[in-house]
Order: sequence, then structure tokens, then C-alpha cells
Amino acid sequence: MSAARKRPAGLSGRAVAYAIALAALATVPYWMPGEYYINVSSQILFYAVFALGLNVLVGYAGLVSLGHAGLLGIAAYATGYMLESGYGHPLAIVAALVIGVASMALYAVLSLRATGIGFIMITLALGEIIWGLCYRWISITNGDNGINLHGRPHPFGFAINTATSFYYTTLVVFLLAMAAVTVFVRSPLGAALMGTRDQPRRMNALGYHVWAIRFWACMFSGLLTAVSGVMFVYYTQFISPQAVDLTASAEVLLMVISGGAGTLLGPVVGAALVVVVKSVVSGFIERWNMLLGAIFVAIVILMPEGLVPGTVRLWRLAWRRLNAQRGAKAEAKP
Amino acid sequence: MTFWLLLTVNSITFGGLLFLLAAGFSLIFGLMRIPNLTHGSLFMLGAYFGATFVGGMLGLYFNFWVAALIAAVMVALFGAVIERFLLRQLPGQPLAQVLVTLGIAFMIADFCLMVWGGDPINVATPSGLTGFIRLGPLVFPYYRLAVIAIAVAVALGLWLLLDRTRLGAMIRAGVDDPDMARVVGIRVSQLFTIVFSLGAGLAAFAGIIGAPILSVYPGLDFQMLPLALVVVILGGSGSLLGSFIGSLIIGVIYNFGQALLPELSYFVLFLPMLLVLIFRPQGLFGRFVP
Repeated sequence: MSAARKRPAGLSGRAVAYAIALAALATVPYWMPGEYYINVSSQILFYAVFALGLNVLVGYAGLVSLGHAGLLGIAAYATGYMLESGYGHPLAIVAALVIGVASMALYAVLSLRATGIGFIMITLALGEIIWGLCYRWISITNGDNGINLHGRPHPFGFAINTATSFYYTTLVVFLLAMAAVTVFVRSPLGAALMGTRDQPRRMNALGYHVWAIRFWACMFSGLLTAVSGVMFVYYTQFISPQAVDLTASAEVLLMVISGGAGTLLGPVVGAALVVVVKSVVSGFIERWNMLLGAIFVAIVILMPEGLVPGTVRLWRLAWRRLNAQRGAKAEAKP
Repeated sequence: MTFWLLLTVNSITFGGLLFLLAAGFSLIFGLMRIPNLTHGSLFMLGAYFGATFVGGMLGLYFNFWVAALIAAVMVALFGAVIERFLLRQLPGQPLAQVLVTLGIAFMIADFCLMVWGGDPINVATPSGLTGFIRLGPLVFPYYRLAVIAIAVAVALGLWLLLDRTRLGAMIRAGVDDPDMARVVGIRVSQLFTIVFSLGAGLAAFAGIIGAPILSVYPGLDFQMLPLALVVVILGGSGSLLGSFIGSLIIGVIYNFGQALLPELSYFVLFLPMLLVLIFRPQGLFGRFVP
């Protein structure tokens, strides 16, 4: 009500910006110069879903997970294994989501024994153990050779084997994920989660079950991660331990932190940044890890709050300066 | 029987190596309250440096032990630089410090790949320790026994350092209560640099001592790091005894796992961690919950 009263006339600038962004996203296959770029856009979108999932923990729960690629890998491997065993696409996807979320439950029960730095250590160890499992459990995962997929599903008779159709499928999934995160953050559970991030003891004293709130946040994060795992494996048509290693976990953490943890748009911007830099750079040099590490150090030291909040802050600062100057001139005139 | 005994000796050898790695990790964690995610990278860097010195550089061939010492000192200096010029920039922000160590770990990994390539480098067992000792039907390589002896010697040395010297008392005070230590006039931030470079040097030393057994290859860093993490979660942070016992347990589980359940060898490490997290979150000998 009060928001409506504040802005009675026309659309707010924010709504216009969202409409433009949505229109741009919906027409990507028409204005992108080639199939390669449409594929890069699809990658950005499913990595954005992954980053949104991690951001639920990093940004809103204050729990930094360094093993999330392991969870993505479990969903991706589950899809690959089910398809290889001869099951159909719908069953494979459902099984992947169930297995992914169930693994997240175990992962959460173990890592929520600690918070802060302890949480990082445990999740890192768990992520590496999942990697070890993918690498060594050859009878299931085919070891270093990985699992190849053959074909993508045909939901409702709509074949998604071209770059454009895959892009639209990813876009729908991305928009659903974005809506889910928005609803989650604005829900009472989301508010309680941010409370446990900032004042866990006070929340506990107020009668909230801090552990349970964190656990459900983990489960939501796990669901988004599993969804992105399925999208990932259908995109690459291949899954190997490389997708599960610490580099992959660090990459998605970089997406969240570089864009801005605890903001809705931050992880999306971060995903776009990392995917674009990675695909552009890999065309020229092989030293992606060096650059990844350097960006990490630079962002943490120079812009710890991330690009989205950082830019907003700079913009507001500039705007205020400009207004102040105008005001000063207006006063000086008479 | 022979199989089991040999496996046990190998496990204890690996446990000794893990102790050299994890002792520094645990000390850094105890004092600075951050897991140093470059620790595996420092181990690998030490191994590569050592291998280069042993294998000959600019026509100079170093003795294995001299090479190990030089590599350890070089990496210790590098550790001091990381602490002074990067971690020091982020005081009181443990999360940012951890992320910086992660970033550096990636840079070191890529640097090693660039300089030494992707092929594993084998390091010859130092001369004088190449033989075997025979006890009835059993055959033990001298070198593995030497690694155990070195680990025990380093453990004793560290214990003396921490328990009997002024510096050690200052470090213990910093681990137990950094604020109070500052109040009584201990320059805790100086201790940070000393402990960080000591830990880095020990990790590098472990890397080169382990090289004749493990060889040196890309990916060694992130293979060793989780082991150090699991040791510290198991043994408890900031505790020397915890690192020692934890390393032995993990050494045994890892080696037996690899021999008996090769497909699940990494997974069985999970078991002791699970039990400790459920029943004793501060670790077996830990003083605080991280």
C-alpha cells in the first residue's frame, strides 16, 4: 500500500529495467551473432541457477560452502547413470533431483555441526570426498573417463537438441529459479534465515530453531543445485570428475562473491562475468586457474561486497555529489 | 601376515608425512583461526623445488637433504610474504583471509603446471637409504623407516619448541586467548608471521621428504589439502598431540582403504570425520570448536 502511495504515477524505473532485461533475454537467439554465443548464454543461465542456489547459503545464511560442485556433480552423475542404465529421461531427472536433495540433507547434517570457518572446512572436505568418490568408484562413475549422454529429452514433444531450444528451456528454468529465490527471500523463512545469519543467539532466544532454519535453507540450496546439475549434464552431454573438483566449487563461489552475496541479482551478474571471462580467456591462453585465483584475491581485497552492491554504492555516491553540486549552484545564484 | 605388516608400516610412514603437513596447518589454524587453504600447494611447491634441486639446476646437483632444507626455507619465506602482504591486509576478516588463501592456491597450482609441466616427476631415494631391512620374512625399505624417524624427531622438536621455550609459551598464549595475550604485551601479529612461515616450511619439507614415495605431479596439492583438513577436524585444531594422533589414524585408514576398498578409498576417510563431528565437534584433543 505504502509503496503504491509513494509512486502513484507510471512505472518505477526498476520495473522498466526488469522489463527491458526480460525482453533482451527472451530475444537472445535473434540478436546474438551465432550459435556459439547462444550456447554461452545458456551456460550463463544454468550457472546462474547454480550461483543462486549457493547464494541462499553464502548470502542469506552466512554459510560459505566450498563443496557445492560436489552436489552439482551428484545430480549430474545420477542423471548420467540412470540414462546409461536404460531408464527414460523423466525418471532420470526425477531421480537426479531426489538423489541430489537427499545428498544435500546428509551434507547439511554434517556441515551444520559448525558455522563460520568450521563450516568452510567441513564442506571443503566433503566436496573433496565426493570428488574422490567420482574419481575412484569406477564401476558407477567410470572414473576419469566420465559418463557420456546420448540425446536430450523431448518434454511435451518439444525437442531441445538445438542451441536455441536449449536456450529457451534454460531460460524458463532460470526464471522459475529466480522467482523461487525471490519468494523465498521475502518469505518469513527467508527473514528468519537472515536473522540467524546476523544474530543467531538472539534468534535462538526469541524461540526460533536456528539449526532447522539453516537446514531448510540448505535443502532449498540443494534443490537449486540439483536442478542446475541436470541442466549442466544435458548441456555438456558429459560428466567427469573435473566438474566436481575444488576449482569448480571455487568458480561458483567466485560468481556469488564477485556479483554480490546476499543480493538477488549479484549471483546472476557474477555467473555472466565468470562464464564470459572463462570462455573468452580460454580462447587465448590456457592459464584460467591463474586468472581465477588472481580475480579472487583482487575482488576480496578491493571490492569485498561484490560488483552489484559496489556499483550501486558508487552510483549513489556520484548521484549525491551531483545533487549536492546542483544545490550549491542553485544557492549561490541568488 | 606379511601383507598386513607391510601395510601397517606404509600407513605409519604416510601418517608421519601427514603429521609434518598437518602440524603446521593446525598451528596456523589454532593461532590465526583460519584454515590455510594454500597448505597443500605449499606441500607441492616444496616437492617441486626439492625435485628441481636434486635433479640438478644450472649444472649444480644438490644432496637430497640440502635440497630439502633449501626448499623448506624458500617456501617458509614465501609463506611469510603471503602473511605479511596479503593476509595482513584483512585483519579481523577471517572469511576474506580464507578466500585469499584459496585464490593463491589456484595461482600456485597453475604456476607449477606452467613451470614443471603435467608429467609426474620421480625423485630418487637419497643415497644411503635405498636398501631394505630384512626381519625374517619381512622386508622394510630403509627410507620409509627414515621418514617415520624424521616425523617423530620433528614432533619432538615442535613439542620442545612449544612447551619449553619463550616463543612457544607466547604461541600457546596466542592460541588460547589472543586478546589477553596482546594485553600482556605479546605481539600476536608478529607471531602470526612466524607461525605461518614455520607451517609453510614444514609443509614444504613434508613435500620433498614425501616425493620419493609419492612422486610429484599436478593435483598433489588438492589431494593433500583435504587430508590435512580431515586430520585437523579429527585431532582438534591447535593441538600438536591431536595432529599426531589424527595423522596416524588417517594414515592407517587411507592406506588400508586403498588396499582393501580401492574404489572407496577416499570415501572411508569420511567415517572418522563423521564420528568426531557427531560426538566430539572440537576434535579429539581440540581446545575449541572452530
